[in-house]
Amino acid sequence: MVTAEPGADAADSASHPPAGQRRAVLARLLARPSGRIGLALVLFHIALAMLSPLIVPYDAAAQGLDAFDAPSAAHWLGTDQLGRDVLSRTMLGSRELLSVTAQAAGAAILWGGAAGILLGLAGGLIDDLALRVVDAFLGIPSLLFLLLIAFAFRGSTEIVVPAFGFFYGLPVLRIARAATRGVRDADYVTAARLRGESAFHMLWAEIRPNVADVILVEGAMEWSWMILAFSSLSFLGLGVQPPTPDWGQMVADARGYLTIAPWAAAAPCAALVSLVVGLNFLSDALGKALGIDAIRAPR
Amino acid sequence: MLVLIVRRLILAALTLVLTSIIATIVVQALPGDACTAYLGRYIEPGALAQCRGQLGLDHPLAERYLDWVAGLARGDLGMSLSTRRPAIELIGPRVQNSFLLGGVSALIGLPLAVGLGVLAATRRDRLADLLASGLSMAAMAMPEFVTGTLLIFVFAIWLGLLPAVTLVSSNATVMDLLPYIILPVLTLVVVLIAHILRVTRANVIDQLESEHAEFARLRGVGGWRLLWRHVLPGALPATINLCALTLAWLLCGVVVVERVFNYPGLGTLMIEAISNRDLPVVLEATMVFAGTYILANLAADLATIALDPRLRRSGSGW
Repeated sequence: MVTAEPGADAADSASHPPAGQRRAVLARLLARPSGRIGLALVLFHIALAMLSPLIVPYDAAAQGLDAFDAPSAAHWLGTDQLGRDVLSRTMLGSRELLSVTAQAAGAAILWGGAAGILLGLAGGLIDDLALRVVDAFLGIPSLLFLLLIAFAFRGSTEIVVPAFGFFYGLPVLRIARAATRGVRDADYVTAARLRGESAFHMLWAEIRPNVADVILVEGAMEWSWMILAFSSLSFLGLGVQPPTPDWGQMVADARGYLTIAPWAAAAPCAALVSLVVGLNFLSDALGKALGIDAIRAPR
Repeated sequence: MLVLIVRRLILAALTLVLTSIIATIVVQALPGDACTAYLGRYIEPGALAQCRGQLGLDHPLAERYLDWVAGLARGDLGMSLSTRRPAIELIGPRVQNSFLLGGVSALIGLPLAVGLGVLAATRRDRLADLLASGLSMAAMAMPEFVTGTLLIFVFAIWLGLLPAVTLVSSNATVMDLLPYIILPVLTLVVVLIAHILRVTRANVIDQLESEHAEFARLRGVGGWRLLWRHVLPGALPATINLCALTLAWLLCGVVVVERVFNYPGLGTLMIEAISNRDLPVVLEATMVFAGTYILANLAADLATIALDPRLRRSGSGW
């Protein structure tokens, strides 16, 4: 931990990390090659997803007579089986994926973090029982249920987002709870409890600043898992629905024409892998910059 | 120790019940039912009611669920609603095919992944380590459908060595399936390596840097003996746990991989059954997947208990 700036009192500096501390974390993040590459890739993909509707060379749905064109000056990444421009579709293909998974990751961090902190603070019987329930849910293969749910509510994000958020929030909950138990008996927490502070004050002002780092890093990892899972669903035809272009869906379409138009599958594959590699690098470097040495365990 | 095992068994059973209940509710929440899926879109109301009566869909969901559980207890898997034949005929061969795929992948993948992880740890920061770690990093960023498509491109199209998709019926014998199974197995092995290598490497490095390994080294123990007697025993429990978790996770990957290669397994059956609203088959496929998942987790916990003297001695602490 970097020491607080002189003059700021301890509690205040904890809930509002001074700019210097944030800058120090960023500097440590950028000191690692993985941090630089990861941040660059993730920012690139986010910027591309936001700007792509303005800068794509072709309409993603526009079909042409020139199907299976090899990459050329007119179509930098060639065309697919319907003569649609692969570059334009690849540039647009992350918008829905990123939007759904970012919302779901936000939901996972919020509910998992809040519930984890509250359970960690509560302790006793409630904590014990709730943890059994969480373990039971962690014991079921969540991807199967996400598959069922995605099938039932194809294309309706208002159901798929909470479903992803729920399942991927469970590991966040466990981590937040464990981190909370680590600081629960610290003097300042006891002091706050003796002052009779409300549960919300305890959660937000006392515990959150001390466990936010851990939750953030875990959340970034969960985001990367969600991207893999959701694009797999799109590949199976259960995620993003046409005509919205999507990487998983593009690979599924191009799979039948691998011999004649390998570029139509290669472009979305490369884009997806670069995004996930970037996110993995970033969450890894972020963990190290924040002093959390987390290793990714399988889901 | 016995208390611990009994507790784990009870938790596993509860999880299985929870899974079946959630699956029932989710399938019920799907729009349409087995009859609308079976009869198609343009149907007379009379035929629909008759079909629902035949299949017992007019009974409440809770009753149908309990009937299904009672049947299961008698060893009766019920009828498939879409084919109107005993579900066991549909599920049996698919389960075999999926287990063949998953089993062969695990038999090859787990030792390979753990071995490479140990190798990477002992050759830390040298070429072998950088290669192995880099490859596992890349594989980790690839969903199964990307890995599978890549392998199809290289081995089936570019080199022309292996078939790209499975072209046999679901009742094919193991020998018939063999050539078709290579690429799916390779895909799953890559996935296994991606998940296990890095953590095994970290566990072994942890042990190599521990005080007891340092002490053994000071006594002149080195090479294989150091690895075998002083390093691996410490790294083993966490690695076994990880292997079981990954294996469980592999099951879900099987669904995607089967689809990539058109493999006639339980995953493809499940996706078909979902679109036919074939509740018994969906439930049973889910239960086979979930049951294997839960058993793998259970086995990991039991192995951890067996390997950890602290847990073996005391009954409490969980």
